[in-house]
Amino acid sequence: MSVRVGKTATAPTFPIAAHNALANRQLRANVARATNTIRSKRALRVEEMPDWQALRQSASDIKSHTLAHLDHYLTKFERNCERAGGKVHWARDADEANTIAIDLIRHYGGTEVIKVKTMTSDEVQMNVALEAAGITPIETDLADMIVQMGHDEPSHIVVPALHKNRFEIAEIFRRTMNLPDLTDTPADLAAAARAYLRDRFLRVKIGISGANFAIAETGAICVVESEGNGRMCVTMPDVLISLVGVEKVIPTFQDLEVFLQLLPRSATGERMNPYTSLWTGVTPHHQAQDGPRAFHIILLDNGRTAQLLDERERETLACIRCGACLNACPVYRETGGLAYGSIYSGPIGAILSPQLQNLEHSRSLPYASTLCGACYEVCPVKINIPETLIHLRGRIVREDQKTLGGIFSAENLAMQIAAKAFLNHRSYEAAQRLARMGQRIFERDGQLTNLPGMAGGWTQYRDLRPIPKSSFRDWWKSREKESRS
Amino acid sequence: MHYNTGYHGEAVPLVRRFVQTFRDAEAVCVPSASCVAMMREHYELMAERENDPAFLADVRSLLPRVFEFSELLVNRLNLEDVGAHFADTVTYHPSCHSLRMLHVGDAPRKLLRAVRGLTLIELPNQEQCCGFGGTFAVKNADVSAAMLTAKDACVIETGANVVTALDNSCLMQIYGGLHRAGSAVRTMHLAEILASEAPQ
Repeated sequence: MSVRVGKTATAPTFPIAAHNALANRQLRANVARATNTIRSKRALRVEEMPDWQALRQSASDIKSHTLAHLDHYLTKFERNCERAGGKVHWARDADEANTIAIDLIRHYGGTEVIKVKTMTSDEVQMNVALEAAGITPIETDLADMIVQMGHDEPSHIVVPALHKNRFEIAEIFRRTMNLPDLTDTPADLAAAARAYLRDRFLRVKIGISGANFAIAETGAICVVESEGNGRMCVTMPDVLISLVGVEKVIPTFQDLEVFLQLLPRSATGERMNPYTSLWTGVTPHHQAQDGPRAFHIILLDNGRTAQLLDERERETLACIRCGACLNACPVYRETGGLAYGSIYSGPIGAILSPQLQNLEHSRSLPYASTLCGACYEVCPVKINIPETLIHLRGRIVREDQKTLGGIFSAENLAMQIAAKAFLNHRSYEAAQRLARMGQRIFERDGQLTNLPGMAGGWTQYRDLRPIPKSSFRDWWKSREKESRS
Repeated sequence: MHYNTGYHGEAVPLVRRFVQTFRDAEAVCVPSASCVAMMREHYELMAERENDPAFLADVRSLLPRVFEFSELLVNRLNLEDVGAHFADTVTYHPSCHSLRMLHVGDAPRKLLRAVRGLTLIELPNQEQCCGFGGTFAVKNADVSAAMLTAKDACVIETGANVVTALDNSCLMQIYGGLHRAGSAVRTMHLAEILASEAPQ
């Protein structure tokens, strides 16, 4: 089994990618503008909910219960989905999921598919696999379409083209839709997209979707969206293939009550999103006016069940992909999503991407946070992201310390020395004296402005006051002496 | 520093040392919200992992007696006016851990409002992190500096002469950026302001 998450295997580390992102002023302006807008809308819609905290707790409880009994709910979902005429396929990893999808598309004789926004298909890089198999995937979510046409990567879980403004989007449309005279007004851009998509909705016979929720009790699938393209993709084609991560299952239809209050408010700052599509199996052939005649669900593991073993890591699987943590994160807001090198970016991406791959890739991501806690505060399912970041850092340090390079790394040596120095006041004071002497050669006009080694990361951007001649402990001691005499 | 960076094993002797030193104290006053957050969020978990019941009992007994500086004054001692005098304009940066982990709320503002001569100016976008984050500041120096630039711009926008907080670490970061940019805005811990007296 080989777990793959997007292009994480070849992505540069976060500090390097972030360095480049920070140099892109246009990108930063786009990200700041978009996240500010969503954040203030979200704050407004959360404020008006008197039972917001109770809802968060309910969601967290439902998810943790489901994840603790995942085998039960998944097989229940399978039974009920197949009873309604769907067919459930189980995929261990990205390659299996793609193979199942390709085999199905070939079985139905398709050469192109229309897709409603699904992060999971980006996770398994389904478009790459489909193209290699001679099948043309057509993204129909406006943002995903922009990303696909621009040969770009998604930079946000909910708003994948958040890093692009309308001038850049108009340029992409002019080029790929062959519309040299297209203006960059929102109305014209929407009209161009509509004309382009309408043709595909009517023509293509196979649809591919993800799912926000899979309901065990009824075998139904739920997709939450804003544009209506999703509704088109799940009702127009004859064949529907839904790729669903195993963690998306919830026990009952009634549980949606909780999640459908939390998700739109957290994701886009709306009380309710424009389109919520629910479908159960297929309509019997003789009555079929619309809706797919064949319905296949691919349940994807890709590293998720391994995450169930650890209680702290299991919590990450409760994520409902609202993206609120991205918008709240001061790191994400500076760098945008592409710097994370994974289709899952921001705080949730920083814990999800490395966990899915058992720390094989994305090892710099758990450090891409100040642990400020803004993500945890807004998370609608109460995932303690800072705590999980610290947990993953611990795993990485323990793994690194098993290698010679890790043992002799500057960081490990500094940490070991500091741990010894902090252990009693004599060694601590000795270290202070040493630092006081050592800092003299770096002092300019009463400031430290150019320190060597790791501390250089500090003085690269900031000044530092030298350690004062007399410490707090000295002052405290002399004060005690004075009061005694 | 050790625990948050992932050096969990290395942090344990330091916790033991802390608990041993302060075990018999009536109250422990900590002038750093971040340190208090570390104790409250992680000490118990660390002691549980050590499988040492005596250590765990000590941690559990000590923690309720640990107070962040403004908590001790306002919540424990019911003190808002400490008789301080500080004739200057001040803006307050609510550090992340004081805000989101300790939930100190209005305690520091109550103390500041009672200081004679002091004008408190609210900091725009104040709940945003200053970008320090321990080793984050050197591991991701570029991002940390970008966050700092945003924070310092807000500080300068207030026109205040002094910026204060409950964490010297954040103040070290804010000062470092301000001084590098040639700003004369000073950084002071809340305790330093409360210790100020009227000129004789």
